[in-house]
Amino acid sequence: MAGLGLGDGGSLGRCSHAVVRSLSESLCQHALRREKGKEVDFARAEREHQLYVGVLKSKLGLQVLELPADESLPDCVFVEDVAVVCEETALITRPGAPSRRKEVDAMKRALESLNLNIVEMTDENATLDGGDVLFTGREFFVGLSKRTNQRGAEILADTFKDYAVSTVPVYDSLHLKSFCSMAGPNLIAIGSTEAAQKALKTMQQMSDHRYDKLTVPDDAAANCVYLNIPGKGHVLLHRAPEEYPESAKVFEKLKDHMLIPIANTEMEKVDGLLTCCSVLINKTSEL
Amino acid sequence: MTTEVGPETEVKKDSEQVGADASEEATQSQEDIKCEKTLSEEAQDSPSSPALASQSSPSSQKKEKDLSESKGISRFIPPWLKKQKSYNLVEPKDEAKKKAVEEGQAVETGECQLPEEVTPPEGNLEKATAESQQVAKANDKEEEKHSLSSADTQPAKEDSKETEIKKVSEEQEEKQKIEGKRETKEVQTAEIKMEKAPKKIKTVQCKVMLLDGTEYSCDLEKRAKGQVLFDKVCEQLNLLEKDYFGLLFQDNSDQKNWLDSSKEIKRQIRNLPWLFTFNVKFYPPDPSQLTEDITRYFLCLQLRQDIASGRLPCSFVTHSLLGSYTLQAELGDYDPEEHNNDYISEFQFAPSQSKEMEEKVVELHKTHRGLTPAQADSHFLENAKRLSMYGVDLHHAKDSEGVDIMLGVCANGLLIYKDRLRINRFAWPKILKISYKRSSFYIKVRPAELEQFESTIGFKLPNHRAAKRLWKVCVEHHTFYRLVSPEQPAKAKFLTLGSKFRYSGRTQAQTRQASNLIDRPAPYFERTSSKRVSRSLDGAPMGIPDQSLLRDFSATTVGPAGGVVFDGEAVGQAKLKDGKGRDEDGSPTKTPQLELTQDEKNNSLRVDGENIYVRHSNLMLEDLDKTQDDLLKHQASISELKRNFMESTPEPRPSEWEKRRITPLSLQTQGSSHETLTVVEEKKQAEVGIEETVVIDEINRGKMQADTDAGETHKVEHLSKKDSSSSSSSDSSSSSESEDELVGEYQPQHRVTEDIIREEQEENEGAKKKEERATEIIQSVETLQEGSKLKVTVEHSQVTAKALTQENAVTIKTGEKNVMEEGKREENEEQLKINGDVSHVDIDVASQIICCSEPPVVKTEMVTISDATQRTEISTKEVPIVQTETKTITYESPQFDGSAGGDTGLLLSAQTITSESVSTTTTTHITKTVKGGVSETRIEKRIVITGDADIDHDQALAQAIKEAKEQHPDMSVTRVVVHKETELEEGKE
Repeated sequence: MAGLGLGDGGSLGRCSHAVVRSLSESLCQHALRREKGKEVDFARAEREHQLYVGVLKSKLGLQVLELPADESLPDCVFVEDVAVVCEETALITRPGAPSRRKEVDAMKRALESLNLNIVEMTDENATLDGGDVLFTGREFFVGLSKRTNQRGAEILADTFKDYAVSTVPVYDSLHLKSFCSMAGPNLIAIGSTEAAQKALKTMQQMSDHRYDKLTVPDDAAANCVYLNIPGKGHVLLHRAPEEYPESAKVFEKLKDHMLIPIANTEMEKVDGLLTCCSVLINKTSEL
Repeated sequence: MTTEVGPETEVKKDSEQVGADASEEATQSQEDIKCEKTLSEEAQDSPSSPALASQSSPSSQKKEKDLSESKGISRFIPPWLKKQKSYNLVEPKDEAKKKAVEEGQAVETGECQLPEEVTPPEGNLEKATAESQQVAKANDKEEEKHSLSSADTQPAKEDSKETEIKKVSEEQEEKQKIEGKRETKEVQTAEIKMEKAPKKIKTVQCKVMLLDGTEYSCDLEKRAKGQVLFDKVCEQLNLLEKDYFGLLFQDNSDQKNWLDSSKEIKRQIRNLPWLFTFNVKFYPPDPSQLTEDITRYFLCLQLRQDIASGRLPCSFVTHSLLGSYTLQAELGDYDPEEHNNDYISEFQFAPSQSKEMEEKVVELHKTHRGLTPAQADSHFLENAKRLSMYGVDLHHAKDSEGVDIMLGVCANGLLIYKDRLRINRFAWPKILKISYKRSSFYIKVRPAELEQFESTIGFKLPNHRAAKRLWKVCVEHHTFYRLVSPEQPAKAKFLTLGSKFRYSGRTQAQTRQASNLIDRPAPYFERTSSKRVSRSLDGAPMGIPDQSLLRDFSATTVGPAGGVVFDGEAVGQAKLKDGKGRDEDGSPTKTPQLELTQDEKNNSLRVDGENIYVRHSNLMLEDLDKTQDDLLKHQASISELKRNFMESTPEPRPSEWEKRRITPLSLQTQGSSHETLTVVEEKKQAEVGIEETVVIDEINRGKMQADTDAGETHKVEHLSKKDSSSSSSSDSSSSSESEDELVGEYQPQHRVTEDIIREEQEENEGAKKKEERATEIIQSVETLQEGSKLKVTVEHSQVTAKALTQENAVTIKTGEKNVMEEGKREENEEQLKINGDVSHVDIDVASQIICCSEPPVVKTEMVTISDATQRTEISTKEVPIVQTETKTITYESPQFDGSAGGDTGLLLSAQTITSESVSTTTTTHITKTVKGGVSETRIEKRIVITGDADIDHDQALAQAIKEAKEQHPDMSVTRVVVHKETELEEGKE
């Protein structure tokens, strides 16, 4: 029964499966982005993504479902936004950007194939991007951003009734997880900007639980992927030192973690961060 | 067994005695039976106390019950306490004599009354447990003295009472005032007593829905208090850890209200049927810390109801999992022959339960093979306690913008929900004050990091009653979970207006301590109930069965409840009315004055209804306090106490340590984690530092505000009084509770919460106010400490100062803090009356008295984060010592480490409180010593964090320090020892 029952935070990061999706070439031209910037080098982006998937698959031994890209969906590589999976339940979201709503279809099929309990967000007034959902192992924080609204958060709360769902206003970033993520069972990685720190304060106030924080100089670097893999212990995918040297130094102090630096330079140009590119699932009841 | 030494016990007991003596004088035996009756209702707070009165009528069953209960109680009382009691019994006599000699007769009443208030309950206990002759003797003496004194003072009482009411001679000497005041009280109680004595028994049938769906009915004396019923129910259930539970009744608007144990049932339910539901009131955050399986079982039953009714939302998986544990607990292992597919359809696991869910439940049930019912219950609770809405008491409200929200009161504070989303949270330490006024509910919140001022947040409740209900629940939850012992409503004595409601039961800390001492074989009980529950709940969420029951009962029960009056009742009634009339006279006379001045003053002010200042004290001496006063007088006994203490303290502890031993001390460390630890250690240290400055900052700011704020604060308080007066007067017609509050006047809480460690800013304010006042009256305030400690000193000096002013008038007997407190309150009241400008009323006064009769108390607190080996110091037992290759980092402040510091002085008392969580053990050691007339209270907190590498020590450390800081901003960390061990040695001894 180890896998069943409510987490006390210790089961955070347990993971057996991952769903990823290939990049569509339209990403370079048509992916949504908050600011105009440098053009995406597609080949490099693909290489980085392959490395990322390779780490999950080969290095960590996860069963990775790779969904094919859909050229009509330039943002389809960012699978995180279309599904929130916690334990055996998956909430298929209704992404805040209308252009992304079709991305859910492939994800739904994939998750169904994993025998998860699927909950769909059908309410037309609700929007929710998975990037706004931070699950700490004990509770949810949902960023209320341009992409996620109150109604979407309510549906999330109805879906995961066991957990407290607290809302956190997000102003200056795309998503809540644009500046934070879990870096360990009780550890929130957080960026240094005022907005990030303010959001952290809010989260701390809302929670009955006390989290540790790992403050990194760069907001984008605060988005990392924490996994707890049997036999490997704490695993942390974080941004490479070449990209964010100062932040990488902070991660390197986490001596208990197996640290895997991963470059994500190209995707970041279209607001894609490390957590964005996968949905992690822990299947325990393959009874 | 809530009751052993509750303050109310004492008071009630006393009032009974006084009353009985006054009315009966010599004719005691004649009225035994009636008296008994009265007692039973008066004394439900203290099942033990009737034993005293019923002594002369041994035939009564009441007594028997009380005795048995008291025996139960005795289990909770450490042996040293019991021992002390035997000599305490002799005390009142001596004291009274002394006083009688030194003071006038009238004074004597006031004086001698007090020691009685303190001592008799102990006598009761002693008697109840030992039934020793000595006790009986002592008791006789007491009674003698009683009748004497009350006879003497009866006329005087009347006089002074009148003076009170008419408010004429304000110029009366302080002394007389005090005396008169106390006598008034006495008169009231005596009157009530007299009314009750001649009355005949009138009983009402009472029904209680138990958690297993069965119904318990019993006959209750019509004027019985809530506690009587509650005790009966718990006795029926064989439940000892009962402080987590309570009785609910449903009012006319279908709202559920908690029955207040300390008040008469009749006054609370009024015309409603005598129908109650037994429920969990305070959900233990960690059910595994409950001592008995039976307690966990009842908690499970409650949670099953909560879940089935939808009050506690769960996911599908959790519903299934919890359901499967229910099956395991009640049916045992899955048996394919016996348990066909339908076997579970009679259980209800969820508000709506699908076939799919039932299948899942069965599937999971199969996996629980081998779990005992108790284990299954424990698993159930381990999962249920993590649900986000576990133990959250929800109340509908609107925010300031009229948006519908829910306010959830829980162990940690107040949660604000909009729909299902948590939109805000106010932890108890953040909340400075809780108040309500009419249908609004307010919380005053500590300023956030960058903010300057406290803010008050208001919520709109559906009506006045809802607001008051929420307020009460908050007061109770805060007290239960945050305080070590309940705040005493004594201060309300001079604030006759507004709700004096306080939580009077035991706090979680107290109940845990008490249940550590439970020593009985696990009681047998059957787990068959869920079936019944599920049937009764089938398809119909809770409340509906209740309603039908209500209807049933309204036909039958209301009749008798409405009251057939038996012989003799009329007399009593008349007198009662009389007494009440006076009561009511008494308070309004004070009211107008208040209102006048306040009206002038307070136009601009925020209005509050009933207030409670949130007290964040954590440690205090409890039972020992009581004996301490006596010890002052009887120094000879000190060594005995010392010895008793030495003997007794190890008792509760071994179990704690045994628990610790069971948890493996696998301090396995990866080679690299050393470094990590150090690194992070630095970080944590830094964080702690920051917090400290914040605290200091707050304090300073608090101080600066003092001058400007103090006045205002006073005003606010007065205003609040005024407002509550209006609300309560309007209330009194509709709500009998406010009357109860008047009656509450004669319940002085004499067990002053000594050595309250005040930690929060609000308390600083309190201290500041006092400071002002203290300097006003007498300067010579010794300010020897810097920083936040200052306030403590000031408080004490101030108290002493007060004491001095009073001394002429009252002639305070050695360390009789009751007198002091009393006197102080009187003084306050007098000032209040004289000035008309009520600038000195300080709601916090009573609770801030710390060892009134003693010189300034210097407090030192210490947090030592130490390693396993150091535990040997605390535990008198051998403790696992782990042989290690270790790295030990010690941060030690230059401050002197006084684990044995008090030795030069005379040890007055010492107490050790141990609490533990998964990886943390907190040992709080409180010692009181007297050194050359200076009493010193040292609170030493030792937090030991143990665990293997999985546990984040740094986090645990930081959190421990943080928590300690929060509790006691003025604490100093004297030592931090980080001990890392590379190898695990099994050696335990």
